[in-house]
Amino acid sequence: MKVRSQVSMVFHLDKCIGCHTCSIACKNIWTDRPGAEYMWWNNVETKPGVGFPTQWEDQDKYHGGWELEDKPKNPQLKLKLQNRLQTLGNLFSNPAMPTMDDYYEPWTYNYGDLFNAPLGEDQPTARPISRVDGKPIEIESGPNWDDDLGGSNIYAMNDPLLQNMSEDEKLRLFSIEQLFYFYMPRICNHCLNAACVAACPSGAIYKRAEDGVVLINQDKCRGWRMCVSACPYKKTYYNWSTGKSEKCILCYPRLETGQPPACFHSCVGRIRYLGALLYDADQIPDATRVPDDQLVQRQREMILNPHDPEVIAAAKASGVPDRVIVAAQNSPVYRYVKEWELALPLHPEYRTLPMLFYVPPLLPVINSTQENGTQRVETELFTSLDKARMPVRYMSLTLAAGNDEEVLKSYRKMIAVRIFKRHETVGDVTAEEAAAALAEANMTAEEAEAIYRLTSIPTYQERFVIPPYSREGDIEEIYDPQQRKAEAGFGRQQAPQRGL
Amino acid sequence: MLDVLLFVVFPYVALAIGIVGTIYRYLTNQYSFTSLSSQFLESDLQFWSSTLWHYGILPTTVIHIAGFTLPKVMAALHSTPELLYLSELAGKVLGVMALVGVAIMLYRRLSNTKIRAVTSPVDWIILALLFGQVFFGLILAFAYRWGATWFIHTATPWMVSLASFQPSPQYVTALPLAHKVHFFTGFVLFALMPFSRLVHLATFPVGYLWRRFQLVIWTRKKVA
Ligand code: HEM
Repeated sequence: MKVRSQVSMVFHLDKCIGCHTCSIACKNIWTDRPGAEYMWWNNVETKPGVGFPTQWEDQDKYHGGWELEDKPKNPQLKLKLQNRLQTLGNLFSNPAMPTMDDYYEPWTYNYGDLFNAPLGEDQPTARPISRVDGKPIEIESGPNWDDDLGGSNIYAMNDPLLQNMSEDEKLRLFSIEQLFYFYMPRICNHCLNAACVAACPSGAIYKRAEDGVVLINQDKCRGWRMCVSACPYKKTYYNWSTGKSEKCILCYPRLETGQPPACFHSCVGRIRYLGALLYDADQIPDATRVPDDQLVQRQREMILNPHDPEVIAAAKASGVPDRVIVAAQNSPVYRYVKEWELALPLHPEYRTLPMLFYVPPLLPVINSTQENGTQRVETELFTSLDKARMPVRYMSLTLAAGNDEEVLKSYRKMIAVRIFKRHETVGDVTAEEAAAALAEANMTAEEAEAIYRLTSIPTYQERFVIPPYSREGDIEEIYDPQQRKAEAGFGRQQAPQRGL
Repeated sequence: MLDVLLFVVFPYVALAIGIVGTIYRYLTNQYSFTSLSSQFLESDLQFWSSTLWHYGILPTTVIHIAGFTLPKVMAALHSTPELLYLSELAGKVLGVMALVGVAIMLYRRLSNTKIRAVTSPVDWIILALLFGQVFFGLILAFAYRWGATWFIHTATPWMVSLASFQPSPQYVTALPLAHKVHFFTGFVLFALMPFSRLVHLATFPVGYLWRRFQLVIWTRKKVA
């Protein structure tokens, strides 16, 4: 057993209000630079919808992620993009390279025209101009272009996931009375089996062993841009100005100083949780090679119980510091992912073992069978799952590689928590009904109460349990502490300027 | 005198600048080592230009180097008329591929304003010189046939003489002007390497063929 610690994340989609504050926090800190304007290390998508970049989930187009060899005996994992030799052959022109058209062309406005226009009959206007070449542009898409357009026959209709849904399910998604959408914030998943790391010809992308943050070494990146194609989530971006690829760094300078990443910190709906997970790195090869429907379960298995004395001993032997083990024991992520099995990985079928987990949104599921505006919450909620406004299938294609049962399990618990709390606080549900709901979801009253507390009224310290870093100790001997202090992990010593 | 300058002094200077400059740039500014790919901004012409160019120029470069270093092997490779025909044809095809490729590169940079926004003055110099270099190379190939043979009796001994520090420019000084231009530009390009995007060819990532897929790095390794 090789125990490693990973700073992991949970996004509670039921709580996301789609305000994009996270995106703005990130943009202001990291990507407000030439060549990076179009990048959204954190973005919030309206789902069903095409996402950003357009239809990123369509791996027939982008060839991201891994796939299992198609043979019955001992199938191996390979990059969907290409094998090693093909990589070298495709350096010159990457056949699966998304272009700026798949994102959008960043623009600004010619504000000077407002002041400098000669006196005339017409109101002067500030024309949009491209931030690439400075020429006037027709704006055809932009950040969050399909924001709130669930049900749209241009955007939602072209959601790649719909290809795998039945006509009946699709009908339900687009009948006007039942229209719904939910928000899905996305950042880099800091995967355990990252495809970007594997695809990088220069070996510039790596995982930090101490906390699992995946980073691109800007000095080693040579702009071969294979990571852009290989990441199935399209979370590595090519900086067209510096000729380097960039991605979410999970605000590691903030983490190292005990602060949550900016997108977490600024989240208005408080949907984000961050904490350490201990996992067994030796299980990675096996966990990535099980059939699709077992992927979620298998990934959960490799996450270890930080309270188990055996795990603790193994963690110590593997060099995980004691304080990190304590942090893992208090991790809200551990509770959501492993203890309660509420949170699920995004598209586990890409087989990258993403370490960002989503609690599926309950709201669009319930409330489809309302008649005359009445719905008995305790009796009709459960039956509504299969007649739900949003087909559960959509969620299971997103979060469980098509395994409906994983999503249903999560939903049953969330519904039971509601019924249980309703019994407690509103009182129109009997104790028997509440007990029945808990039994159906296979959970105890204590668990329901704990889920309620961490979901609805968690404190800042409960949402973000940042494992302590010992970077100062790691660096002290090779670095002048004064210099280190001055730098404090921020920025480069050299400006990221385009070379010749 | 001019010949000594052009075919003895300049090659040494160019090689020194190219090698020392590239190493110096790598040591002081590794960040600037990148292909500076513009495929993200424009992909269709990029495919044709870059593919034709690189698949033309790389084998051509390798063949040139083989001609300098392994003349016996190269001579054996066109020892029969059939083989000679074949090498002659291959050289011309590769050269034409490269020429078309670099021509499209130039056109692409001229015609697309987005690409022009990421074009530096050195890019123009490099592309123009490369175009000229391949163009003159093709003139040699078409106007002075059987280059596969005369190459190893002119350019090869000259390069060998340079490499062994007993420079003998007389191997090439009697050649026609087109040859001299081609030789000279070749060294100019070499000298320009550290000052241009051509550094990208110094970091060809062969290591990818055998490196392990996942890279995990400790700040300081605490466990064995
Ligand atoms: C060693 C193997 C090589 C590799 C892997 C390589 C790779 C690349 C890549 C990825 C680009 C960027 C293309 C883009 O997306 O815009 C590029 C551009 C370029 N390469 Fe290479 N290259 C190699 C060798 C060479 C050689 C030998 C030359 C010429 C002597 C050369 C000349 C150029 C030029 C001039 C460009 C600029 C293209 C433009 O203006 O659009 N390359 N190369």
